[in-house]
Amino acid sequence: MSREVRQRFDVLVVGGGPAGVAAAVRAAEAGVRVGVVDDNVNLGGQIWRGGPEHEKETSAAGWISRLRASGATILCGLRIFHQPEAGVLLAEGHDDLHVLSYTKLVLATGARERFLPFPGWTLPNVTGVGGLQAMVKSGLPIRGKRVVIAGTGPLLLAVAAYLREHGAEIPIICEQASWSSLARFGVALFGQPGKIAQGLQLKRQLAGIKFSANSWPLAVHGKAAVEAVVIFRRGQTEAIACDYLACGFHLVPNIELPLLLGCQIQRGYVRVDDYQRTTVQEILCAGEPTGIGGVELSLAEGQIAGLVASGQMTEAKKLFGARNRARYFARSLDRAFRLRSELRRLPSPDTIVCRCEDIRYSRLSRHTSWRSAKLHTRCGMGPCQGRVCGTSTEFLFKWNPDSVRPPILPVRVESLAAMSSELDLECSGVSGGHK
Amino acid sequence: MLSEIIVTVNGVPVTVPSGATVTTAVLLAGKACRTSVSGEPRGPLCGMGICFECRVAINGKPHCQSCQTLCEQGMEVRTDE
Ligand SMILES: Cc1cc2nc3c(=O)[nH]c(=O)nc-3n(C[C@H](O)[C@H](O)[C@H](O)COP(=O)(O)OP(=O)(O)OC[C@H]3O[C@@H](n4cnc5c(N)ncnc54)[C@H](O)[C@@H]3O)c2cc1C
Ligand code: FES
Repeated sequence: MSREVRQRFDVLVVGGGPAGVAAAVRAAEAGVRVGVVDDNVNLGGQIWRGGPEHEKETSAAGWISRLRASGATILCGLRIFHQPEAGVLLAEGHDDLHVLSYTKLVLATGARERFLPFPGWTLPNVTGVGGLQAMVKSGLPIRGKRVVIAGTGPLLLAVAAYLREHGAEIPIICEQASWSSLARFGVALFGQPGKIAQGLQLKRQLAGIKFSANSWPLAVHGKAAVEAVVIFRRGQTEAIACDYLACGFHLVPNIELPLLLGCQIQRGYVRVDDYQRTTVQEILCAGEPTGIGGVELSLAEGQIAGLVASGQMTEAKKLFGARNRARYFARSLDRAFRLRSELRRLPSPDTIVCRCEDIRYSRLSRHTSWRSAKLHTRCGMGPCQGRVCGTSTEFLFKWNPDSVRPPILPVRVESLAAMSSELDLECSGVSGGHK
Repeated sequence: MLSEIIVTVNGVPVTVPSGATVTTAVLLAGKACRTSVSGEPRGPLCGMGICFECRVAINGKPHCQSCQTLCEQGMEVRTDE
């Protein structure tokens, strides 16, 4: 039986990315008892990931050292998976179980990449865009490797710049969005001086890399791993030899925990009021789950949530302006990088859609809903619990996601024992192989 | 702090920089992480703990997410179990 640790906080923050760190800082600096939980080994979330040597980015270093000085309890390597009763969350560590109680809860669970299936996408060395960046940040040597970057979203450019700086050769960036929607995105950025500077800096870092709009991957070839990718570009197909294909189709919010806790979801995002309060009393939400908008928005929302959770309403109000400007950027992102319908036709009948259970496109296309596909094929019942295939089938077949059941991530048997006994184990993800 | 760590992947020693994840060690060894239910080799996809494609056995414990685990001196990693 694993060790059990109990802790109580005035404000508990889930997520140690920019939103969660900002929330924890503002609450802890007011003198209340704050805990911040993240499942990674280091704080920082997606953008600041990678530990102290990667904290050279000024805003990251500033916020993280402010958090360390604030007196907040930092709980890294813990994954929240269940709420046994109101005001209590269960988290699993490497070999222990944490029972965390709170008065106010701030959800800052961030986002993940959207993946879409196409022939060959399950070959090793086909990775996410942010995914490959994360691997390089955690030690994967990329110098001299040829990396094709494809998909959609601003992450493509940021990661191309990062990989090139680390010695990768980038033969091409394929962006599925059209030039006209990219131009609109460019226009929307004029309200954002910070973003323009970032954009210009990227432009210099990206000089000489081939960038194609209206372009997407069709298939990957290779035996044991990627050898070449076939792309669609300028109305034609083209094969490009490479060592990696980094491919991701923008971001989707991590709303499983907010859903589990009963927060209302509106158009795919957690619904919040001006003070970042969700529809569930005592629960606030900040950052990507309320709308994909980048680091400035996450910082503004996080601060507001932390201030409100610690009763500093007037201070919170002062940040509404900054938050609303950043939100404008978020909305322009959604429009500019909307997925084109041609991408629905990328999979062939035998393309695997659910990678955990190896369920192919032809078996899924017979179903009319996610629920029916799940029940009849086990799609989405493996350890990722539909985090990959659920977001792709939502786009491919326009299926609506199901309700969420605990545990929201696969956990050890001992952790399950700590959950309520009425639980329906069949649907809990345990049968799909726990970690 | 050590600047380099040696782990074994399927019994073969691999040297990684300190702070490297087990995924890095597996990729440096030129291995796929796992074999899928229909027998395909699979490597890491998301790099952030979402997809579970990077599962390996670490020190005898099966199904560990290698992208969420840092290498430690002498760790025994297996992708063939
Ligand atoms: C893979 C990836 C790479 C990215 N790279 C860049 C980049 O290079 N440049 C850029 O400008 N933007 C990047 N982004 C966009 C980035 O997400 C935002 O700019 C910013 O990091 C959002 O901050 P956040 O705090 O809202 O969320 P995040 O940074 O995503 O932080 C959320 C944190 O919560 C944790 N978490 C979630 N659920 C649980 C749970 N149940 N239990 C415990 N912890 C949990 C997550 O692991 C994560 O650490 C990237 C996004 C992704 C998905
Ligand atoms: S690579 Fe996706 S969980 Fe490790």
